[in-house]
Order: sequence, then C-alpha cells, then structure tokens
Amino acid sequence: MRSFGLNEIWYMLQATQWTLYLSILTFVLGGSVGFFIALARCSRSRLLRAISGLYIQIFQSTPLLMQLFLIFFGLSLIGFRLPVLVAGSIALTFWASAFLGEIWRGCIEAVPEQQTEAADSLALTPWQQLRYVILPQASKIALPPTIGFFVQIIKNTSLTSIIGVTELMRASTNMNNATFEPMKVLAVASLIYFATCYPLSLISRKLENKLNVDH
Amino acid sequence: MDIVFQFGPVFKRMDLIIDGVTMTIQVALLSTFLGFLIGIICARIRIEGSKKAKFVVACYVEFIRNTPFLVQLFMFAFGLPQFVALLGFNIRPSPYYLAIIALSINLGAYSTEIIRAGLEAIPKSQIEAAQGLALTPFQIFSRISLPPAIAKVYPALSSQFILHMLGTSVISTISVQELTLSAGRIQSETFRAFESYFIVTAIYFALAIAFRIIFKLAARFALPWLHKTTNRS
Repeated sequence: MRSFGLNEIWYMLQATQWTLYLSILTFVLGGSVGFFIALARCSRSRLLRAISGLYIQIFQSTPLLMQLFLIFFGLSLIGFRLPVLVAGSIALTFWASAFLGEIWRGCIEAVPEQQTEAADSLALTPWQQLRYVILPQASKIALPPTIGFFVQIIKNTSLTSIIGVTELMRASTNMNNATFEPMKVLAVASLIYFATCYPLSLISRKLENKLNVDH
Repeated sequence: MDIVFQFGPVFKRMDLIIDGVTMTIQVALLSTFLGFLIGIICARIRIEGSKKAKFVVACYVEFIRNTPFLVQLFMFAFGLPQFVALLGFNIRPSPYYLAIIALSINLGAYSTEIIRAGLEAIPKSQIEAAQGLALTPFQIFSRISLPPAIAKVYPALSSQFILHMLGTSVISTISVQELTLSAGRIQSETFRAFESYFIVTAIYFALAIAFRIIFKLAARFALPWLHKTTNRS
C-alpha cells in the first residue's frame, strides 16, 4: 500500500492544472454564449426574450450533474466518441452560459433607462448605444458577481470527476483509493481548492464594496 | 444511423423513480431545516458574538463557500468514519445520515451570509426600543430582529433552497438512494442511459418549478405573518 507523501501531493497539484484549464475554458465559452443570452434577454423582440428565458430556466432548474450525464450519454448516442474532457466542458459551458446570462442581464438592466433615452436622442444606432453607452457602465457593475461566479465554476468542475475527467477531485479519489487515507487526501484537496477560490472571493467582495461606496 | 428512443423500459421502473423523488424531497427538506437553523445561529454570532466566536464562524463560512460540495461530502462520508474509528468508537453511520450532515453544514454556511444580510437591515432603533421594554436578548432576537429579517431575505432563501435541492443529486456518489441514483440503477438494468437521465432531469425540472410556485404562494401567507409577529410584540 502507498503512503500519502510529497509525491502524492505533487500528483494532486499536477491534476489541479486541469481543474484550472477546465474552469478557464468554461468561463470563456460560457461567457461568450452567456453574453448573447443576456442581450437576448434584454432585446425588444418578445420571441428572443422568451427563448432565452426558457434556456436560462432549463439550465437553472436542473442539476448540473444531470446536465453532465445527459451530454455525456447523449453525445455517444448520436455517435460522437468524444473524450470525457470535451463532454464535460460542453455541459459546463451550457450551465455557465445560463447563469452568466442571467447575471449580466441584471447588470444591463441596472443601467438607468435615461442613459438609453439620452443615447437615442443623440441618434446613436442600437449597436452604438450598446457598445458606447450601456456596456461600459454595465461591465463595471458586472465585474464583482462575474468573479464570484468564476469561483462557482472552479468548484463545480469537481463534478466532472464523476463522469471521469481527471482533474483535482478525480486525482484525490485516485490517491484515496491507493493510500486509504481519506482524511489527509481530502484535507490537501480542500486546501488546494480553498487556496484557488478564496483570493478570488476576496477580490470579488472588495470590488463590490467599492462599487457600493461609489454609488 | 437511426436513433430510437425507448422510454418504455424506463417507465416500467416507475417505482424506483418514485422512491427516488421521495428520498430527494425528504433529504432536501430535512437538510434545509437543519441548514437554516445553523444559518440563523451563525448569523446571530456574526453580528453580536464575541471576537473569537465571530472569527470561528467566519472561518467556517469561508471554508465551506470556497471548496466544492463534493469534497465536503467525501470528507464526511470517508473522513469522518476514519476519524471516529481513530477515536476508538465502532460506529458506521449510514450514507443517509452522513449526507444529511454534509448537506446541512454546507447550506448552513450559505444561509448564514443571507440571513446576516437580513439582520443587518433591521433598524437599530427597533432593538433599542425592545431593550427599553426590558425584553431579554433572546426575546429581542426571536421576536424583533429575526422575523422581519427572514421576510426581507425570503426570495434569496427560497432560491437558495432550489439550488440546494438540485445539489442533492451529488449525494448519489456516496450511494444514497435518491433520484439520481434511481436513474443510475434504471440505466444499469435497461441499458437506456440517455432515456433514464432524461426522464429524471425532467422530474428535477418539475420539482424546481413546483417548489418555486409553492414559495410564491407561501410568501402571500408567510410574509404578512412574519411582519405581524413583529407588530404584535
């Protein structure tokens, strides 16, 4: 039987990079989709609003674990033999885009109506209004909750270990099976997660407080 | 390639699904009750506890909020029995109880922050008035501060409950027989993986919507009641 030592911790740290890659990938892809979801939620077309609303509702009202399973089994059903990493990131992207879309919708709506009206009277096109008036103000409000949600993404990448992605959580389970020392292994795993997430949470809170003072 | 969906075999094991739904609701409600209780106590400590107590609660909240639930669950499922064995006790708690403990402690941290926000919004003058009427600190907290604080954060608490209920799917990993594990079992019996998970996902969706409606209806009765409690005292 292996004992839990520096080599095992090193192995877990190496697996942590996959947690980070997966988180960043999810954030970038989910953010890109989520941006359009947010715009659709705020659009003037009722149909677009309804569709994006349903999209958000579906992904916010079902467990992420189920979304992972459905994508994982669904893709292989259609005939795609994709690595679990790809299936995992697709599911996480859907999930993250729904949440980010809803967060950013709130931020866009937080920009006062008069701003749009003023931009309208300056004869800016809708795109120009968005680009030069709404988004610069909305992005300032959006920064703290977005960083907060990034922490959620990092934590939830741990669920991909259940379908077999080798990231930090999976590596911990492997180490646990090899050494039978769950307390030590899980303590190290939680410390790594904490060390990654806590600074981000602090930054998010600092920015939020600053925003509250400014307004 | 043709894909044929066969939902029939899955529907034949409806008994498993119904058991799963019952267990999911039961676990969610029980752990929510305990979690909110922890949240109320910790929120009170964060506001008027001693410096040391405040620090301990802050550590608890930050630790839980910045680590994945899966790690916490495994800590209770695998770490706790090992710890108990080291202490010399020969108890093997069932996964059900370990999951309830892990879920309650997890929700406790999140609800501490929510309830604290509600408590901070209570005007100081109300508490001073209650002190002037010689109410005990416990009376002041339970009758003056808490009811309107809960009413204020009711929407946040109810959406936290929905997230929590959906999050219980993770406890299938330590083999608690809830809805997600039902899907797993049906899948291994029928080899209809996609169909099993699809139906179970739809049930989770329906549950989330149902609870959202219940909370909206309950708000009509609960919120005036919470406010009335304050006015009466």
